[in-house]
Amino acid sequence: MSVSPTPAVEPAAPEGPDAAPAGGEAQAVGGGLTVQLLRVFVENRLAVLGVAIIALAILFCWVGPLLYHTNQTDTQKALLNSVQNAAPDGAHPLGTDASGFDTLGRIMYGGQISLEVGFAAAGIATLVGVLVGAVSGFFGGFVDGFLMRIVDVLLSVPLLYLLIVLAVIFHPSVEILTLVIGFTAWLVPARLVRGETLSLRVRDFVQAVRVMGGGGGRIVLRHIIPNTIGTIIVNATFQVADAILLLAALGFIGLGVPSPQTDWGSMLSNGVNYAFDGYWWEIYPTGVAIVLVVVAFNFVGDALRDAFEVRLQRR
Amino acid sequence: MTGYLIRRVAQAIVVVFGVVLLTFLLGHIIPGGAARAALGQRATPAALAQFNHDNGYDLPIWHQFWNYTWGIFSHFNLGYSYKNNQTVSSLIGNRLLKTLVLVGLSTLLALVLSVPLGVLQVIRRNKPIDYVLTGGAFVGYSMPAFLLGQLLILYFAVDLHWFSFEAPQAGSVIGILSDPRALVLPIFTLAAITIASFSRYMRSSMMETLTEDYIRTARAKGAGPWRVLFLHALRNALIPIITLLGLTLPTIVGGAIITETVFNYPGMGLLTTNAATQNDVPLLLGTTFVAAVATVAGSLIADLLYAVVDPRVRYA
Repeated sequence: MSVSPTPAVEPAAPEGPDAAPAGGEAQAVGGGLTVQLLRVFVENRLAVLGVAIIALAILFCWVGPLLYHTNQTDTQKALLNSVQNAAPDGAHPLGTDASGFDTLGRIMYGGQISLEVGFAAAGIATLVGVLVGAVSGFFGGFVDGFLMRIVDVLLSVPLLYLLIVLAVIFHPSVEILTLVIGFTAWLVPARLVRGETLSLRVRDFVQAVRVMGGGGGRIVLRHIIPNTIGTIIVNATFQVADAILLLAALGFIGLGVPSPQTDWGSMLSNGVNYAFDGYWWEIYPTGVAIVLVVVAFNFVGDALRDAFEVRLQRR
Repeated sequence: MTGYLIRRVAQAIVVVFGVVLLTFLLGHIIPGGAARAALGQRATPAALAQFNHDNGYDLPIWHQFWNYTWGIFSHFNLGYSYKNNQTVSSLIGNRLLKTLVLVGLSTLLALVLSVPLGVLQVIRRNKPIDYVLTGGAFVGYSMPAFLLGQLLILYFAVDLHWFSFEAPQAGSVIGILSDPRALVLPIFTLAAITIASFSRYMRSSMMETLTEDYIRTARAKGAGPWRVLFLHALRNALIPIITLLGLTLPTIVGGAIITETVFNYPGMGLLTTNAATQNDVPLLLGTTFVAAVATVAGSLIADLLYAVVDPRVRYA
């Protein structure tokens, strides 16, 4: 299980005169509350910095290649047309790697895959986790006991071991790695959402839906899950950061995306092979990129958590 | 407390059986089956059938599961590595103990460093040192461990010659422990991420404790700020860290794979990386099982410790 670096505790929110009316319906999140939430978020300078870094990274990885054309897919051409491990010069601002690929262009290309896998795996993990957690918490009894024992078992297996076994069995590709990371990372959101569901299901508005004839499925999908949205978004943000790092770890073990595709982790683990040769351009630029982006997601996650906590306290 | 103990131990036993089921199932989802994986793509159907018969893979699935479970618990039979031509348990051998040494020492280092760091941040909160440590924690948490390990080797082993660039290679655990110069970098690399997250938790746990009523009472009695901080607050702020320890254990054990690979430390993590490179699924399932059971045991110990430390659990 992953533990986010910063626990939520600190600022006790001042009692605002504009406290929203009680009642947890999803609609209540709109309007004034969204503005409040945004205000708390924007006041946090680190969060704004985080969003800026993520936006820049996305621009760099997807718009960059439109302006800076490099060959990143044709291995033969790269080997024939350029020098391997060439130091930075006019033609290659960040040099070339061991296969002759331009490093600057490769950071853009690898970044696309790192970010894609990060977002997609976080999406899968969140979706599965939210559904399992909400169903488990809402229906309770046998269903809850069964699902939570599965979560217990999977949480006790060190994640990296499980990922390695699955990656070896199914042979790594971008899609397989996304699925494997996504389907092993849902445990934490499942537990969080279950916990919230347990307290939500006895609330008055759920009773009201029941009285009006709403069934279990409707209550879970339309009323319980929308009310856990804060927890879900915060956790999903951390999940993106974790997924990027997990993909990097798999790349280091040799189970990353297959060449000529690459991701930041695979680039780094190839680069560190040349650490003793002084080929700094194959290590530091990529290292800075991955650390910056992961830090940025953690900043945003922390700020979102503070923002949602303040919302809860004012409610 | 007896009730809590019994429930917690029973839960651990259920989880261990769950892990047995999990590794059993993982062994059965290999495309082409275990026979194909062991004998290769060109094996004849007769050879595959013979292999399946010899290994009991043609029995009903529940019977196979029973044999598998019985094998594990009666004579520690974790399967056979065809790639290495050795049983999985003989390959693991005393590597588990070596990994436990690494994991244990890093966890200890993480605790010893992160508690004072967290307290320091509370004393100097919102001062430059607080920001510097917070920034350091974020970077430590966000840096791939293999990059950190490699950079440490580059600066502290190659450039400065302070420590060895490779972990101790001794066959025995005593041999490993007797080479501290080679142990420093692997232990620190594995501990870095834990230090980062624990010091953050310590900081906020301490901040939260300082707002409690009993702290106000202590101050009102006239206890000095240091006495309040270390005698009243610290002891209570430490409790959540123990819970966190149990929860972080799987991450540390998993992280040992990377650290052992970077430093060529002869533990279970390195064995796992090698098994992954060789596509040795039986060996991977074996190390996964052992790592999971070790983790369950570790979390159990952390929770029992928690019961001893926290009177709210002890007298419940």
